[in-house]
Amino acid sequence: MIDVSDLSAKPQLSHARDLSRPGFYVKLVLMGLVNAFGLYGIMTSAAQQQWWILGFLVASLIVADYVYFSKRAIPAKYLFPGVIFLIVFQVYVMGSTAFVAFTNYGDGHNDTKQVAITQISKTSDRRVENTATLPVSVIEKDGVLGFAVIRDGKAEIGTTADPLVAATDAKVSGQKVTEVPGWRVLNLAEVQQRQKEVLELRVSLSANPDDGWLRTDNATFAYVAKSALVYDQDADTFTDPEGKVYSADNSKGSFVASDGTELKPGWRVFTGLNNFTEVFKDSRLTMPFLKITAWTFAFAILSVVTTFIFGLALAVLFNDPRVKGRTFIRAIFLLPYAFPAFLSALVWRGMLVQDGGFINKVLLGNAHIGWLSEPTLAKIAILVVNLWLGFPYMFLVCTGALQAIPGELKEAGIMDGASAWKRFIHVTFPLLLVSVAPLLIASFAFNFNNFSLIYMLTGGGPNFQGTPVLIGETDLLISMVYSISFESGARQFGLASALSILIFVIVGFISWLGFRQTRKLEEVL
Amino acid sequence: MRWSALGLVGAGLSLALVACGGTPSGTSSASGSGAAASSAAATEGGGASGSLTIWVDETRIEGFKKLGETFQTQTGVSLDVVQKPSQDIKTDFISQAPSGQGPDLIVGAHDWIGDLVTNGVISPVELGDATVGLTDTAKKAFTSGGQLMGVPYAVENIALVRNNKLATETPATFDELIAQGKQLTPEHPVVIQQGTDGDAFHLYPVQSSFGAPVFKTGENGEYTNELGMGGEPGTKFAAYVKKLADEKVISSSVGGDPAKQAFLDSKTAYIVTGPWWTPEFEKAGMDITVLPVPSAGGQPSAPFVGVQGIYLSSKTNNALTANQFLTFAAGADAQKALYESGGRMPALKSVADGITDETLQEFAKAGENGHPMPAIPAMASVWKFWGATELAIMEGNAADPAAAWNEMITNIQAAIKG
Repeated sequence: MIDVSDLSAKPQLSHARDLSRPGFYVKLVLMGLVNAFGLYGIMTSAAQQQWWILGFLVASLIVADYVYFSKRAIPAKYLFPGVIFLIVFQVYVMGSTAFVAFTNYGDGHNDTKQVAITQISKTSDRRVENTATLPVSVIEKDGVLGFAVIRDGKAEIGTTADPLVAATDAKVSGQKVTEVPGWRVLNLAEVQQRQKEVLELRVSLSANPDDGWLRTDNATFAYVAKSALVYDQDADTFTDPEGKVYSADNSKGSFVASDGTELKPGWRVFTGLNNFTEVFKDSRLTMPFLKITAWTFAFAILSVVTTFIFGLALAVLFNDPRVKGRTFIRAIFLLPYAFPAFLSALVWRGMLVQDGGFINKVLLGNAHIGWLSEPTLAKIAILVVNLWLGFPYMFLVCTGALQAIPGELKEAGIMDGASAWKRFIHVTFPLLLVSVAPLLIASFAFNFNNFSLIYMLTGGGPNFQGTPVLIGETDLLISMVYSISFESGARQFGLASALSILIFVIVGFISWLGFRQTRKLEEVL
Repeated sequence: MRWSALGLVGAGLSLALVACGGTPSGTSSASGSGAAASSAAATEGGGASGSLTIWVDETRIEGFKKLGETFQTQTGVSLDVVQKPSQDIKTDFISQAPSGQGPDLIVGAHDWIGDLVTNGVISPVELGDATVGLTDTAKKAFTSGGQLMGVPYAVENIALVRNNKLATETPATFDELIAQGKQLTPEHPVVIQQGTDGDAFHLYPVQSSFGAPVFKTGENGEYTNELGMGGEPGTKFAAYVKKLADEKVISSSVGGDPAKQAFLDSKTAYIVTGPWWTPEFEKAGMDITVLPVPSAGGQPSAPFVGVQGIYLSSKTNNALTANQFLTFAAGADAQKALYESGGRMPALKSVADGITDETLQEFAKAGENGHPMPAIPAMASVWKFWGATELAIMEGNAADPAAAWNEMITNIQAAIKG
């Protein structure tokens, strides 16, 4: 590092602060845009009552303005955008995953308790069987809404406060009440405008609440309804007409009766470490889980090793200047890398099909080999396909690394009388590993979670027999998580998050170990 | 490989955007009970009452667009028809509805009801007297907990389709059918589509003829949570699956498209399929007859009957207008219009009786004693286990079909209990 102040005695004014240069105005316009979008976001989140987002936006906007208009925060000018992206795309995502991991968020528990209570009350307010529907008009007086219905051929009106009474002076045309003295009959547009109120309007049939009430869903007919469940706010319970009591179980997140029946939907609650221990509780899952863990490690390690060896061999071969047309051949080798991996996996799946797949039918002459349905063969097929998909990457990085190794080292080796193999093993390879080893670790981490390959190629199958969830011989931990959390019945976001965190810990630990080891490699320099 | 990491970031970005973005409607549904909130909602409604949003898949977009135009001339409310892939409608709706982002209405099959009710994202529908006009199958399929949870508009089921050029007589049992098919087309005597995940839906007519319905039924014909496919009838069927695979009726390599192609190419005289493909057969100039699937196990075979319908979001701010649309959709004009553009048997009796299309009538006849597709929330896992077990038997991965079948019963029971 060179200290700038040594070079020029007078520190020059930055062009982003110098009013006479265009740089300042570019900064001004950019910061103006940032502030405009920031303010727009703040206003939107205020309208939506999203206080966390609002707070984040306000804080980051203030920091941004300070950083870019202050003289002091020069390093922050470079770091600020990165930090914001880090917070939005990494910290937030990880934070919310960690948060969800401790809840029962998923099917049937996807919102707050208040929403669940509203939904249960709403669906339990239902039509009484074998009652007639009544033609209805919505009427209004001093802002209060009411119904005007025709019951047994006579017009009757009522509001929330006043049960139905006969309206003898109302005018009826066809099947509808068209005029009520003292009241205004709302037209269709007005009804649509006040639809929330109309939908919430309940008019009692009589002074006796047991008779039920009138409600309407479409403002053309009203029907007699009664609530099948009554919510008691103080006791936090729902009671049905037979007296069965559903009380709120706040550890489970649903209303449960003493006989175990539950009301739907439930709500989100914290469930502590339940999600983390769930997989280990079921003894039928233990064996498959261990097998899948072993296969995940085998797959990740073997994938890295095979692609690296194959890619390196090709790279060494085509790094030799005696090979003609090297550029063209190198370009061809990169083709598998250029196709989207999930597409290639699908194509391979088509070729590996047992009956009529290209490999069995054409290459092996109508053989009947279950490449994807026999456990060992399926694993081999996956490794081969992944080799095909992954070697170009290794080929690419090895070629680059080989070209960076100085030619003098090779000459020195020749002078010392070392054979080509010895030169490779003792000179080229160690130097190569210095730059490639971190990429191998990254490749391991990637393959450890290579969901798309497994999902597209075998779908995890062939399945284990006798497990309570659908998992198979070729499932990786990550695709197992997907099967357990999303494919075996209800979607369980909480469980999925918890298991993802466990996998993250494993991958993180191994990567940390690996990076620590690679530091030793650098000692050869 | 490293680009995948970018893809993940992209997914994170879109998630974050979903979390950040949003319209004012999101919060009002959550705080709907207060007086202030309801007046605020009313003013919002003033702007929104002019249109309804509905999600449909690519096969029905035309029909619903036409329906929307008619509805608009009648009420002034326009219908904003959004096309989405069929398999995304339910899951996207469940995840978006709670945030107030979802549509007012969605169109889909009745077996979604379980999931939608568990998540509390749909509202019951009260059609008044119009309910009486619906066919019993349609009504039963859309009823959950004693309430109608949507407006059914079409009924469909699978049946045996015959190529009349290859065969004109069809025997009464499945064994005889295979024997006949073997003489006509040795490569595929009969085709029932399966594929790499198995396909319990298309095998169900065979299974039900063994007296092994998926669930036991209660007094009112409603499904209970108790499996009906266990025991001896079930294991007998499991053995029959193996036989079907040996006779090349089913195979994991023959999924939907290969099955259709085999029939189109006259490589088989019989295919078990639904009304969604018959237009293609007729377009290819084939002379076809639709028949009930012959019994394999002695009892009459019953296909699953699927009912298509329209669901109302429980979080919509336009519930009243949406209900007006649903009442309209339950009417004869709308049901007829949907039949004309979609070619599915209408759910309204008066319209269904007027259908003259011979193929559709034959399908309806084959589905007369069909079983409604179960709609319990655990159905997703039931399908998976079911298909996977049949696949394992088919491919010979399960050495003992009966044992694999019993294992499946235990697993499904565990999955239903949750």
